[in-house]
Amino acid sequence: MTAALQLGRSRTGAAVLSALAMTWLLQGCTPTAAGAEAAAPARLSGYHFMSRSTQALQDDDSQNPAFLWVEDGRKRFEAQCAGCHSAEGGRDKLRDVATRYPAFDTATGKPISLAGRIEQCQSQRVTSAASGISKEMGKEMGKEKDKDKDSLLALESFLAHAARGLLIAEPADPRLAPFIKQGQQWWQQRLGQIDLSCADCHDRLAGQRLAGSTIPQAHPTGYPVYRLEWQGLGSLQRRIRGCLMGVRAEPFADGADEWVLLELALKARAAGMTVDAPAVRP
Amino acid sequence: MSTRALLFAPASAARGSVIELRATIAHPMETGYRRSSEGEMQPRDLVRRIEARFEGERFFSAELHAAIAANPFLSFSLKLPGSGELSVRWLGDRGFAHEERVRITAT
Repeated sequence: MTAALQLGRSRTGAAVLSALAMTWLLQGCTPTAAGAEAAAPARLSGYHFMSRSTQALQDDDSQNPAFLWVEDGRKRFEAQCAGCHSAEGGRDKLRDVATRYPAFDTATGKPISLAGRIEQCQSQRVTSAASGISKEMGKEMGKEKDKDKDSLLALESFLAHAARGLLIAEPADPRLAPFIKQGQQWWQQRLGQIDLSCADCHDRLAGQRLAGSTIPQAHPTGYPVYRLEWQGLGSLQRRIRGCLMGVRAEPFADGADEWVLLELALKARAAGMTVDAPAVRP
Repeated sequence: MSTRALLFAPASAARGSVIELRATIAHPMETGYRRSSEGEMQPRDLVRRIEARFEGERFFSAELHAAIAANPFLSFSLKLPGSGELSVRWLGDRGFAHEERVRITAT
């Protein structure tokens, strides 16, 4: 039995939900008379689903706490990456790099996320005079125990900020096609005790309520985001992990391919939307 | 890792005008009332005080407490007496101290 059906029945008085927690989770998932599936709604960033005060926090760079990471990332980039790369333009411009990831990694034959690429670059490719600093940073990254590494988030948010206002690119590499398909299958896959897929909420019921919060359309336009609930900056992977735990599924293992597959499918789904990083979310 | 902080002030402003200053600092603001996932009490770690000086003269200070969220943001004003250096200092538990400086030119 699907969760949405259960609720539909309880609404007509035919069935009573057995689990209280489930009632809580599903309160927002009530299909309305209008029918969420009737017409494909305009694609909207999560920005449109949050309160005016949270929007104001994102709109003003001097209030947006994500800039603690962006500015840290700028310093790290200048010290460690600027020997080869430039975030504005030049011989290896990275201004739009955040719009193009996950990309295909020839070495592993798999897609790789932007964070994964930064780590790979730090650990394997840096051989210039600046490598001393990079090795230091590599050590620092190795010491960080959190799944989201703060130093990595800083660089990622700096690059995402550089791409602010650009459009998320359509994945152009044909080698990505099978991986996008796999990611889309995960998107449709029902998971966890509560037996919901990503699509159940974020495609079919977006804009409606899940307890006190509005269900967004889940377009990753602003990652890494400063989430008020986290009181810190977090990656898209952390966000997805939260959703997996929300449906009481066991999150994928650390470093598992599924994270990148889902991220890739999400980016393909949001292709053509404007990057609004670094975003603030409730 | 070094402390991250943001201090926003206009680079220049008219002498005698009131300018708005904004300061954010990366800090966990651990209340001392929470337990870790292993069940141990997490010791209090707060920014206790923020002080703003212009050319060495204190014109704003505030005490911060446990109910303030992580990465505290404060906004305050200064009537610009002339060109000079603004400094903002954060002081906290476990000997925490951080200072940011910025120069403001009066026109």
